[in-house]
Amino acid sequence: MRTELNTIRTTPILSVTAESPTVKTFTLKDKNCAKARPGQFLMLWIPGVDEIPLSIMDTENGLVSVSVKQVGDATRHLHHMRQGETVGVRGPFGNRFTETSGTALLVGGGTGTAPLLFLAKRLQAKSKRLAFVVGAKTKTELLFLNDLNSICTEQSIITTTEDGTYGLQCLVTEPLTKLLAENKFDMIYTCGPELMVSKIFALAEQRAIPFEASLERLMRCGIGLCGSCVIGKYRVCRDGPVFNSRRLREVKDELGIWKIGFDGNRIPV
Amino acid sequence: MKTNPLSIRVAGLKLRNPTVLASGILGYTAESLQRVVEGGAGAVVTKSVGVAPRMGYANPTVVQASGGLINAMGLPNPGIEEYAEEIIHAKTVVQAPLIVSVFGYSADEYELVAQKAVEAGADAVELNVSCPHVKLTGSEIGQNPALLKKVVSKVKASVHKPVIVKLSPDVTDIAETANAAVKAGADALTAINTVKALAIDAETALPLLNNVRGGLSGPAIKPIALRCVYDLYEQVKKPIVGCGGITTWQDAVEFLLAGASAVQIGTAVALETPNVFHVINRGVKAYLKKKRYRSVQEVVGVAHRT
Repeated sequence: MRTELNTIRTTPILSVTAESPTVKTFTLKDKNCAKARPGQFLMLWIPGVDEIPLSIMDTENGLVSVSVKQVGDATRHLHHMRQGETVGVRGPFGNRFTETSGTALLVGGGTGTAPLLFLAKRLQAKSKRLAFVVGAKTKTELLFLNDLNSICTEQSIITTTEDGTYGLQCLVTEPLTKLLAENKFDMIYTCGPELMVSKIFALAEQRAIPFEASLERLMRCGIGLCGSCVIGKYRVCRDGPVFNSRRLREVKDELGIWKIGFDGNRIPV
Repeated sequence: MKTNPLSIRVAGLKLRNPTVLASGILGYTAESLQRVVEGGAGAVVTKSVGVAPRMGYANPTVVQASGGLINAMGLPNPGIEEYAEEIIHAKTVVQAPLIVSVFGYSADEYELVAQKAVEAGADAVELNVSCPHVKLTGSEIGQNPALLKKVVSKVKASVHKPVIVKLSPDVTDIAETANAAVKAGADALTAINTVKALAIDAETALPLLNNVRGGLSGPAIKPIALRCVYDLYEQVKKPIVGCGGITTWQDAVEFLLAGASAVQIGTAVALETPNVFHVINRGVKAYLKKKRYRSVQEVVGVAHRT
């Protein structure tokens, strides 16, 4: 571990963008996190409140962006913060997606779409063809449609909503069987709720398609020490967050089933 | 059969090498403990377990300091009732001695948790009487020789496995607390737990840790830990497990020379990887060979000759 990456750097929020009624993107200046690769995450300190792990959504010229859904105390505080207010960052941490030059399918559920958008931007230049399936509960919660439209062709984007207010009315996993039957993919990437990840992993395994998923767990230290984020023998913060097919096979008895809670007990995912 | 020069006995525990995972690092699950054994650890110490579940503190719980980390996790643990299941599971998964770290808010609680841990299969217990960041337990017990004696004798009277006492460096004279523990029956001593510490962010003028105060670990505390081990070796007739900033094989050898029979490694799991135990063991083994020692035991306390 490089200790300078683990040192909290305070930095002002440069901009706040509303992506949906519950998701905001925060852009910060940090030269270390600006060097992050798709799949990596940072720890964001909300002074006096909490410190949370966030997937990196984009980097550009010394800037780094994260998209945050309001889900609890820490994220509520963050959502009330404005441009110019100070937060702290450490990182980037964790491994990265393998960037394929072949054809790629990306499947994003909710804010899990954020690291995949970052990946798609990098794949755009090197990958043969990109297809993106993006899902949310409802139309207003579908994220990054404009960005995705500028990266992928319109035909290669499938949108799903659980309430049918936009795109197909189904879960994001639903269109995959047909899509995989009709197209050849060299790689499937996903990020989102763990049950979704385990479903897509099963489909990828049936067709023997290489698969990578970014997993989400309770994280505290972010540097592989505290054990809060372990799955099997792996630490999601340090050995992950991106897990490939081989590693997911090793942890299949836990994937989508249980994780560790704040008190160290095993709780259902 | 060729004997393994790295093997050593500590308080009745047979270790295949002198490196032990320190408490608090990984250690919720059997699988994460076994990962460390695969990484070369000769034994593992679990997270500290109490009577009831504890959530621990909100983040930041671990912050970077120069030469180390300051942590205030707040003893998160599922409580011994739940954790006993994990101990039972760990006994089938973890291929090295399993030492369960125990804390409580009274001698009775320490006794209860230690008893249940041993019933579930713990090979030894380590009493956490030195955590610097939770009120009414940890160092608040270990810094008080009378209270410490009470805790250790209570536990000793009710478990038949080795009882190791982990000491706080935040005392006037570590030999005094160590002797209190030994008189009460401690089979071995771990020296040291983290050193009580603080980090402040200048920009926001706030303490960084959510709990404000925490414990400093890592290379920054190595010289303090080394001095504590050296002092204890002179004044206490029980095996010592050195702990504090050990990151390289040279560090480990220095602790052995100062009088430790084994060393615990924690922060280095993050600074390096869980395979740091292998790396350290390889170095210690090469040192033994170069200096013509036949075993780790022969190195213990050698620095005291002069």
